[in-house]
Amino acid sequence: MSVRGMRWVVLAALGFAQAWSAPLSAQEIGDKLVVVTSFPKDLTNVFKQAFESKYPGMTVEMLKKKTTAGVKYIQETASNNTSDIFWASAPDAFEVLKGDGLLAKYEVRATGIPEKVGVFPINDPDGYYKGFAASGYGFMWNTRYLKAKKVPEPAEWEDLAEAVYFGHVGMSAPSRSGTTHLTVETVLQGLGWEQGWALWKRIGGNLKTVTERSFGVPSGVNSGQFGVGIVIDFFGFSSKASGYPVEFRYPSTTTLVPANIAIVANAPHPEAAAAFIEFVLSPEGQRLLLDPKIRRLPVRPEIYAEAPDLPNPFEGEIGATVAFDVKKSKARYNLVNSLFDVMITYRLDDLQAATKALHEAEAALAAEPDEEAAKLVARGWELVAALPIDEAKSLDPDFAGIFKKRRKKATDVVTGRQAEVEQEWDDFVRANYAEARELAEKALAMVR
Amino acid sequence: MNFSGRGQWGALGTGGFVLLVLLVFLVIPVAKVIYVAFQHPDTGAFTLVNFIDFFNTSLFRESFYNSLYVAAMSVVVASLIAIPLAYFTTRFRFGAAALIQTLGVIPLIMPPFVGAVAMQMIFGANGTINLLLDEYFGFTLPFMEGLNGVILVEAIHYFPFILINLSASLANIDRSVEESAQNLGSYGFRLFRRIVFPLAMPGYAAGAALVFLKVFDDLGTPLLLNVNNMLAPQAYLRISSIGITDPMGYVISVILVGFSLFSLWVSYFVTRGKDYASLEKGGGGLGKRELGPWGRLGAWAVVLLILLIVLSPHIGLLLLSFGTIWSFSVLPDAYTLEHYREVFSTAMPYITNTLIYAGLAALLDVVLATAIAYIVWRTGLPGRQILDYLGTAAVAVPGVVLGIGYLRVFHDFQVPLVDEPLASWWVIIVVALMIRRLPYALRACTAALQQVSVTLEEAALNLGAGRFRTVRRIVVPLMAGGIMAGFVTSFATAAVELSATIMLVAAESDAPVAYGIYVYMQTAAGRGPGAALGVLAVLLVGVATYFSHRFVERSREVAEADRRLAVAQGA
Repeated sequence: MSVRGMRWVVLAALGFAQAWSAPLSAQEIGDKLVVVTSFPKDLTNVFKQAFESKYPGMTVEMLKKKTTAGVKYIQETASNNTSDIFWASAPDAFEVLKGDGLLAKYEVRATGIPEKVGVFPINDPDGYYKGFAASGYGFMWNTRYLKAKKVPEPAEWEDLAEAVYFGHVGMSAPSRSGTTHLTVETVLQGLGWEQGWALWKRIGGNLKTVTERSFGVPSGVNSGQFGVGIVIDFFGFSSKASGYPVEFRYPSTTTLVPANIAIVANAPHPEAAAAFIEFVLSPEGQRLLLDPKIRRLPVRPEIYAEAPDLPNPFEGEIGATVAFDVKKSKARYNLVNSLFDVMITYRLDDLQAATKALHEAEAALAAEPDEEAAKLVARGWELVAALPIDEAKSLDPDFAGIFKKRRKKATDVVTGRQAEVEQEWDDFVRANYAEARELAEKALAMVR
Repeated sequence: MNFSGRGQWGALGTGGFVLLVLLVFLVIPVAKVIYVAFQHPDTGAFTLVNFIDFFNTSLFRESFYNSLYVAAMSVVVASLIAIPLAYFTTRFRFGAAALIQTLGVIPLIMPPFVGAVAMQMIFGANGTINLLLDEYFGFTLPFMEGLNGVILVEAIHYFPFILINLSASLANIDRSVEESAQNLGSYGFRLFRRIVFPLAMPGYAAGAALVFLKVFDDLGTPLLLNVNNMLAPQAYLRISSIGITDPMGYVISVILVGFSLFSLWVSYFVTRGKDYASLEKGGGGLGKRELGPWGRLGAWAVVLLILLIVLSPHIGLLLLSFGTIWSFSVLPDAYTLEHYREVFSTAMPYITNTLIYAGLAALLDVVLATAIAYIVWRTGLPGRQILDYLGTAAVAVPGVVLGIGYLRVFHDFQVPLVDEPLASWWVIIVVALMIRRLPYALRACTAALQQVSVTLEEAALNLGAGRFRTVRRIVVPLMAGGIMAGFVTSFATAAVELSATIMLVAAESDAPVAYGIYVYMQTAAGRGPGAALGVLAVLLVGVATYFSHRFVERSREVAEADRRLAVAQGA
């Protein structure tokens, strides 16, 4: 090919590329887009306005539903689908929809987005949903509360297990909030199954309450209902930005959680849906995440140059030392949720009572050491930490299957019932908590 | 009463229509969701093994006892609040009775989420009262902890059921009965205990039954206090977790419905064979007595104290809506109008939608409830009580179950002319609210009908009025107070319903206030505007209630004047 011919090819290719990348007008992508989302107004409004002004004539309908309600809504309306996009944080919600065949595969055209943020893969490996922002977990605390109750500021997960935090901590349950689930699982993988659960039960014993929804935690800290909350970073940032007397900190091991977006299968406006995803992932869309009321971590590394105050996970500014094993997490997803609820959420009173007694015995022992009593206390903590199943069992596909069984066809048969297993676990932990409490009281009596 | 000819056919037609409505909009959608309770988790075959699991699970047994205990104790505490208010305002000449009655309805309107925050800010472990107690006396009280906290909050929240129905009943007692008792030497507390209260029993029983059923099935309050070991939250937590396919949530729903029906059956059993009807009508309720200066002072003190306690969550709501930042302090740091400005600039469509939805739903409720009450108590249709049981069972159906059921059943049905699936047409929200609030109207209307003597209708029929004419000219006017009570309770509670609504809202322009509050309450910055929207909802219902009371009082005064005129002319 001559040089001249080559030039033509290049020019044609460039022209094509330009035509491709030039924004389509609203006529070409339709004039309506329906987004089912769990995100707050502060986030959705910003994106809605920017997208509508980019495509004049476009109307975006943001249907705000709790994640669970959103999933059910898309499931139940699938036969006559009216939604284009599902937009939420929790990856598990997307997994459920994907499993039901309710999401459409989509190949992102935008380039420049890395594979991973921290140790978490940004996109669904199967190509159904895409991460568009990341968030880290940490603690937020009410400064007035901590000052009045003379409680120190926490720095690490382990701090929350200390006696001084008894009755001052709030968190959501992993079964209620997909992001909390990832935090629980990350600690389990980071410290190991036994050590990890032991820490969660120590923190569990210090909990004032397990909230029913994830926003219940920042809400409780903001109003001073409890002092410290285990929350996702933007809850802390945005509460502070709204003027509440709160602070937020990442512990040195945190989890980075992607927030996701996907096109619903048989979307009525597929072109508009694709355009919206491209917009959200474009530098222009990613920049919107820096809005003080949104404050989520962009998935484009170059954006961080514009926000020096935001920790950059791509430069290791958020410690994420755990090599997160996605397969492991997926294999026991519902099992971990159920185990947490049985051991902590539903038996919080028993756990609190045992923890309180052990803390008191320890305090007495610190003043007046006694070897025998110390042994009883140590045994008490062991009982609190004891688990009804070991890690191998949690990963046994047959056993974990009891918790996520879905009979796809009427002829499918699965074995074991969740209610039976939960009852066994419940007996186990209740007996242990009661015995731990007795041992602690005995130890206390010996010292006194 | 004799039933023959056209009347029976009319009743049959009406009954059939009501049954059809209940089947289509309650039974089928709910059955479509909770059938998994009867499915073997392993094979999908029909089984009762899940129910055996329920009773073998100590957590569920415990939850069952807790729910029972809380429901029973809430009735007791709610009665202690409601009876004095009802008695003082109907028995004595009391300035501002309509105002007190209105304020007494307000606690029923607890806007979702923001009501919970307001409650915590006042009664919570670090709320206003406890911060003050701690500062001045060095101790705190666990108002909002554990089962007793649930009882307190439930009683404060739902006592209006008793207040409204009891007041309607008290106002229906003819003063001549009371005068006879007084002539025979019965006064004071004895008069109340032996004559007045027994005659008002249908209203009290209706209110108490509602409190019991509602509290037994209530989800909001245990969740607000994070008490999980009760049946309704156990059902909700298990149904609404993502990706969970455990059938126990639906099993618990079936048990809730079953137990509610059982308690209703028991209450039939207890009130059967008692006659609360009185022939004397139009006497305009109990003779209102003047109180002496000390009595007046005492009565006011009791009424104001009760109102202060039951309205404190709403005082908290008001403070939240005007406050800037309120965190771990007795009162907000500063005050602003900004939240209201925000709400008025964006949220007005929510208010209009709520008025339309709750108004229509409550109207349909009283129509259905009057029809059901009449068919059950005045006709001999076989199986007529099924209507009452079905209508009341709705109280035990979790909103999320109804919402999912509607999506499942009505999404494939295109509404002719509108060309939208029925499940995403706004009318479906009205239907859902109507079904969910029908039990309230039903109990109120039943109580009202029990106080109307059959002989009055027989007289009308004997004088040649048709069945329909009798109902329209005699029965409904005599039931007016109860119908109004049903309308007010249905309207007030429908105005802030969220759990079914959030499943069914298909476009933001169709959303009611509760949805708007939910949207605000997702962000830290939205607490103030959410509270402002909550205050608007409360005002809305409050104003509507006040005018209904004025309306009832006015018509009663007119009737009284007519009677005097008739007596004077006769003389």
